[in-house]
Amino acid sequence: MVAWFWKRDKDAKERPRKVVIAEGLWIKCDSCKEIVYRAEVERAGRVCPKCRYPFRISARERLALLIDEGSLEERDAGLVSQDPLGFKDTKRYRDRLKSAKEKTGLEEAVISGLARIGAFPVVVCVFEFEFMGGSMASVVGEKIARAIELAGVKRVPLIILSASGGARMQEGILSLMQMAKTAAALQRLGEERLPYISILTDPTTGGVTASVAMLGDVILAEPRALIGFAGPRVISETIRQPLPEGFQRSEFLLEHGQLDLVVERRDLKETLRRLLAFFADRPPLPVP
Amino acid sequence: MPEALEFEKPLLELENRIAELRASSDPLAARDEIASLEERLRRLQQRTYASLTPWQRTQLARHPKRPHTLDLFRLLLEDFVELHGDRLYGDDKAIVGGLGRFEGQSVVAIGHQKGRDTRENLARNFGMPHPEGYRKALRLMKLAEKFAKPVFTFIDTPGAYPGLGAEERGQAEAIARNLREMAGLRTPVVAVVTGEGGSGGALAIGVADRVLMLEYAIYSVISPEGCAAILWGDAAKAPEAAELLRLTAPDLQGLGVIDGIVPEPVGGAHRNWEETAAALRQALRDHLWELKGKTSDQLVQDRYEKFRKIGVFEETT
Ligand SMILES: [Zn+2]
Repeated sequence: MVAWFWKRDKDAKERPRKVVIAEGLWIKCDSCKEIVYRAEVERAGRVCPKCRYPFRISARERLALLIDEGSLEERDAGLVSQDPLGFKDTKRYRDRLKSAKEKTGLEEAVISGLARIGAFPVVVCVFEFEFMGGSMASVVGEKIARAIELAGVKRVPLIILSASGGARMQEGILSLMQMAKTAAALQRLGEERLPYISILTDPTTGGVTASVAMLGDVILAEPRALIGFAGPRVISETIRQPLPEGFQRSEFLLEHGQLDLVVERRDLKETLRRLLAFFADRPPLPVP
Repeated sequence: MPEALEFEKPLLELENRIAELRASSDPLAARDEIASLEERLRRLQQRTYASLTPWQRTQLARHPKRPHTLDLFRLLLEDFVELHGDRLYGDDKAIVGGLGRFEGQSVVAIGHQKGRDTRENLARNFGMPHPEGYRKALRLMKLAEKFAKPVFTFIDTPGAYPGLGAEERGQAEAIARNLREMAGLRTPVVAVVTGEGGSGGALAIGVADRVLMLEYAIYSVISPEGCAAILWGDAAKAPEAAELLRLTAPDLQGLGVIDGIVPEPVGGAHRNWEETAAALRQALRDHLWELKGKTSDQLVQDRYEKFRKIGVFEETT
């Protein structure tokens, strides 16, 4: 009943709002359709200067925007997926993994490690949506669980940036169980009184929303990100009516009390500095 | 859904003929025929149920006559008192829970509840909870923890309900919170997938010290129909998807996700509720006995490790 997956090839082609980089100096915003100056978009951290829509960006780009330059000490990059179910539909799971690796240059759908934000040491995890829809299976669950445990060992705050279609179908029940695994690790982190800041980006749905993403001590979201448990298509098919305007967008969740704050991309790092300063109980260092 | 599944029909025909002969005017004359039919029935049953496909098991797990949570509570618990509501918004009838006695021990029992007919299914939302259902379940689990009583959860849902109100009221948050809080619950928890274990909506009451499955229950990250719709754009290919997903009890035991399989009577739980409940009683008693020997620190630690180690991956350098 609940489809957490948006990986049909058709969907990939129809996926909205992916930034289309035209050859040259100008690009078209897929949200407002305006033609905008590319350098201006880049300068704003890939945000449309006309409508302020934050384009989907890669995990690497996101890290570059948020963490102190050169501070990433990546962990568990050598964890790679197997094919425990021998899953083969129109394509073999192994082949899907292979193309995802080629497409993203990553081994899996999350990057994790130690880093600094405004000089505060943190453990950070960033989902890569372009890697099989940022879906969570054994490796993603394991990397996140290890990252949470690392935050416990190092006694530093945890920050997770989500962008995911949910649990990965190709590892079946093992993917579902990663929700329990990561939530259990967060339970322990909470017992240790270590803060967890969850940042939701477009899109965050399914099993990732229903585990790590919604368990932050503080939950932030980028503007207009799709956030929900069930995907909008499944909901409209179930209730047999069109969905209201803005349904399951960040602002809708804020209105319904599900988020702490919607933060524009250009303000995200400063917001994190303030939150980290709060948890560290000392003022942030001045921005260099 | 028809009352008899396609693969059950030849069995039911044989059973009916035997019953007719027995009821005939001269059953003694038909003695040999009855005996031979019974032998055929026995062999056919054996053949059918020894080689069920994942899709056939899915159909058994969803069988309209299968015992549901409240039926099992009635057969397993004494002095059951149902408690309602999440104290926040409402009472979700897709999840039931309450207080009872099991084998002389006070327990809190919670489970998804499907309906038996259309009217009841509408009231129960086909066993698909809203956030308030999960919040009610958590409220009862916290009550159990406070008074140091064990918790039983019975899982039988197609999934959490995908609807407007569910999203507005935080379906994802409700499920996520249950996963986290169950991981830290300082009292024994035994979960049993009694029918359909549908994705996050099932797991939301399934983070337990022991996770058991009835023999023909299923437990999956996505329904076969949903999987088929995504892979081939055709929900009618659900039988093929059921093969791919590895959702049967033996599959899950092989993957290290469940701790035991509770045998069902010949033909499945719907053929004999009492026998089903008796097997379940035995399993619950055994597991509860083991868990009662542990301190709450040990319970939480062991539960953590149990879920922590699930997953298959390779570590390269
Ligand atoms: Zn725009």
